[in-house]
Amino acid sequence: MDLPTLWFWVIAALWTGYFFLEGFDFGVGMLTRLLARDNTERRVLVNTIGPVWDGNEVWVIVAIGATFAAFPPWYATMLSAEYLPVLLILLALIGRGVAFEYRGKVDSDRWRRGWDLVILLGSWIPPLGWGLVITGIATGLPIGKDGVLEGGLGALFTWPAVLGALALTGFSLVHGAVFVALKTDGEIRRRAHALALRVGPFCLLPMAVLLVLVQVRQGGPVTIVIAAIGLLAGAGALVRLAARREGQAFALLGVLIAAAVMSLFGSDFPTIIASTVDPSFSITVANAASSPYTLGVITWVAAFGTPAILVYQGWTYWVFRRRISAAHIPPVHVP
Amino acid sequence: MDVLDVARWQFAITTVYHFLMVPLTIGLSIVVAVMQTAWVRTGKAHYLAMTKFWGKLMLVNFAMGVVTGIVQEFQFGMTWSAYSRFVGDVFGAPLAMEGIVAFMVESTFLGLWIFGWERLPKRVHLACLWAAALASTASAYFILSANSWMQHPVGIQLVDGKPQLTSIWALLSNNTAIAAFTHTVSGGFAVAGTFLVGISAWHLWRKHRQSAVDNADRKVWSASLKLGAWIGMVAFAAVALTGDTQGKLMFEQQPMKMAAAEALCHTEAPASFSIFAYGDVSRPDCENVKSITVPALLSFLAHNDFSTEVKGVQDLIPLYEQKYGHNYPVDPSLGALSGQPIDYVPDLPVTYWGFRLMIGFGGLAAGAALLALWLTRRGRIPRTKWFPRLALLSIATPFLANSFGWIFTEMGRQPFVVVPNPTGVDGVFMYTAQAVSPGVGTGQVLTSLIALTAVYGVLAVVEVFLLVRYAKAGVEGVMPPTDQKKSDDDVLAFAY
Repeated sequence: MDLPTLWFWVIAALWTGYFFLEGFDFGVGMLTRLLARDNTERRVLVNTIGPVWDGNEVWVIVAIGATFAAFPPWYATMLSAEYLPVLLILLALIGRGVAFEYRGKVDSDRWRRGWDLVILLGSWIPPLGWGLVITGIATGLPIGKDGVLEGGLGALFTWPAVLGALALTGFSLVHGAVFVALKTDGEIRRRAHALALRVGPFCLLPMAVLLVLVQVRQGGPVTIVIAAIGLLAGAGALVRLAARREGQAFALLGVLIAAAVMSLFGSDFPTIIASTVDPSFSITVANAASSPYTLGVITWVAAFGTPAILVYQGWTYWVFRRRISAAHIPPVHVP
Repeated sequence: MDVLDVARWQFAITTVYHFLMVPLTIGLSIVVAVMQTAWVRTGKAHYLAMTKFWGKLMLVNFAMGVVTGIVQEFQFGMTWSAYSRFVGDVFGAPLAMEGIVAFMVESTFLGLWIFGWERLPKRVHLACLWAAALASTASAYFILSANSWMQHPVGIQLVDGKPQLTSIWALLSNNTAIAAFTHTVSGGFAVAGTFLVGISAWHLWRKHRQSAVDNADRKVWSASLKLGAWIGMVAFAAVALTGDTQGKLMFEQQPMKMAAAEALCHTEAPASFSIFAYGDVSRPDCENVKSITVPALLSFLAHNDFSTEVKGVQDLIPLYEQKYGHNYPVDPSLGALSGQPIDYVPDLPVTYWGFRLMIGFGGLAAGAALLALWLTRRGRIPRTKWFPRLALLSIATPFLANSFGWIFTEMGRQPFVVVPNPTGVDGVFMYTAQAVSPGVGTGQVLTSLIALTAVYGVLAVVEVFLLVRYAKAGVEGVMPPTDQKKSDDDVLAFAY
């Protein structure tokens, strides 16, 4: 495999890691209203992701940074063409990060209600936005010369992109509910499990439809197999969830998101962003890749950095592996 | 306003704002790590109290630094896509390295530190803070290498009209980067130093000015004040030394920025350093400007020699025109500037006063640290009201110095976004006007400018409110009540 191809798949893997990890913490944020009955329960939810959400979020920073280094035109086109959706995502991520840190810093209901709203919006908007952006570029946009989007903001809302927004949001919701069932104990665990089971089929439906339609439209033999594995994993996750095997369901959801990202990225390979205006404007692995030297540099850095990241992030999950329940939440202590 | 102006305002606002948090994060995280190390090694209670108190303030600030940093990584692609395409082969690498090597470590280990109290063995928990603190310093190194490459492009060749990286070592060991990094990190410690001094002085004055009883609380504040004052003064010395190195590099690498820093219109040999000018410094012909100067000092700052010739703006303009052209290329993407004459002179009032305010506020910060140390010698605490007031006010000075320094250095390189390297590869430079995204309209950038500024404004109020609240509350505000029961069932030593 040559370096540009390798980096195309590395970036796909980084998005997979991001959607798998931050997917569940988006889900937890989305469910703060639905699953928690009072402030203590809301604190249980926030604390299931407290030590890890920031580390999860860095996966997107690395994905974007790697795109900039390995495929500058991809980076430049994706972010400038999708300007307003990306802006909304940024505002959501800003609010959300601050909200987790500041929510418990003042003992007042009004203060907490405000930040809870920020957590809610901050957790719903990014999966909607990233679903729209990633599916949009993977399935083609009206891109002209120099990556200029033609047709205005409306041109971003192609049907696969809209479906992608729903798919990632639905996935995150289920993934989050299963994570809560895995990480908590007592009443809230029972509630999370019931919710995941009840809404699971509906929430995963857009993802299933997207996988099928994209493969019908532009799939190849390999990506069709990968998409099929994804569909089986998604169905399997619901079955294992019904059998109260939350850990297995969580892992199968991981297989689903990996298969979804890989089949989506791979279905148009080696095209990265297909221009629906004129194929000569398309951004491809060949015409967008950085020089072999630059790719070599970041390959070495990633070769040493990535295993370390997996080890220390894995260790974090091990350190904070125990289930949390309302009884564990210490009383509020603020000035 | 056209899209270029709006885009520049947005970059300025988001970056200066982000850089209000960054120096405090860099300085304070290492200071807190030192405090916790002292506690782990000696077991003394007041070191633990210091770690908890200053650690809490650090975290309130850290969160804002992280979230405003995300915007930085995205906005090159959003608003400056032409720039990103031009420099991506070079500029992307340090950003990717920063993410993989530094930011990942910082975010993960900070989470471990926040939630790891009593969960992790003491030394492992301490190591987590050191990892997060050193990683944030490493972050600064990668980001400043990227920025310094824009100021002084090295390690490249020109292929198909674009710079291509030939040596990552040249980029990472760029003398401009090393000088900028040491200067910036010293600036971070100056911020942390006066932050400690200001808040500690206020607590000492409020609670302990009437009695000489040496209790635990008093120990926390007097130790913090002393530590902060020393850090502040050492940091200022380091800032001055590294700033001097930067000045000499600027003289060789960006002569126009050097002239703009002084609003020096005509070449002088020996050149005098202007302390204060009155009149209109905005005119590159220097009519109507009177200036109080120190003879020959500028020559020394530029080249370690009291007689070196320093070129003025008037004499540099023809040199720049000859080397880089009289007019912008005819290109519709340049809008109104297409084919127009290039103005090589940066905004002189901004560069001239930015430079002076940077040095002035930096000096005030060091002076405040020295004064606080003198006034509290041998356990004294002044009873006058102006003591805590002045101490609290001084917290702002290094922040202002940092901001003005960045405004100076970034405005001073205009009209270039990538400044040509006089001894580097010919043809590697880019005008700011060429860098903006071709497909993004004024409306979109104005939308993001307003949205980001509004959100940043609200968050600034919230952050300052929380910092003041926690700073006022003192040690009791951050230490959990001691009567809390401890058991194996304590899953959460700390909880949001």
